[in-house]
Amino acid sequence: MPVKVNLPTVLRPHAGGERTVVMDGATVGEVLTALVAQYPGMAGQVIDDSGTLHKFVNVYINDDDVRYLSGIDTPVSSSDELSILPAVAGGAVDAGGLHPR
Amino acid sequence: MLTLPRSVHDQMVAHCLIGLPDEACGLLGGDLASGEAVTCYPTRNLAASAKLYTVDPTEHLRADRDAEGNGRSIIGVFHSHTHTEAYPSPTDVAQAPDPAWHYVLVSLRDTYPMVRSYRIVAGAIEEEPVRLLAR
Repeated sequence: MPVKVNLPTVLRPHAGGERTVVMDGATVGEVLTALVAQYPGMAGQVIDDSGTLHKFVNVYINDDDVRYLSGIDTPVSSSDELSILPAVAGGAVDAGGLHPR
Repeated sequence: MLTLPRSVHDQMVAHCLIGLPDEACGLLGGDLASGEAVTCYPTRNLAASAKLYTVDPTEHLRADRDAEGNGRSIIGVFHSHTHTEAYPSPTDVAQAPDPAWHYVLVSLRDTYPMVRSYRIVAGAIEEEPVRLLAR
């Protein structure tokens, strides 16, 4: 079924600058797979080859983060709106702790 | 160049000070083309750490909707460095999500907060001027 997908600014150039696209699918995973199939420039940025959600991406159905639902297996309906946003994180030190306080 | 209204600058710095001893973070809404911030969206630091930050994804969604609903975009992210200079760390660079964004660092190391802004494109860091508006 068709589901509205809101794209973050970083992915819009891969979709001809569109802010919102409509994709078919019955689950989050199916919708995202269809998205990457239609816009191959997004490959590796949303889901990886095994269909796992990219670590640095957050996906929401309406107001809910799908990681707290059933992840990519979360069912979607045509009344749902799927949003993709980058995960925003960082910090003052790298993993190796090269800049001790 | 990043343009910050005084009110956005002050809200950002205040949020960083309130967040001590942890790092604080938030998003800036505005015009991506001109680099002018209009709204400061303080967010929770889910990492609750003095060395790391993670913008609360739910608050990010809310901020994004508010900005887009007003014909704007999220144009960047700010976070504090509590004991180091206002320069992006390797972690910041590795996780910079959008080359169009402005990456603002607020250092709280010294007596007065130091605000600096950067572009991070394909792992390369470039500092940019910050222009403060009187309003």
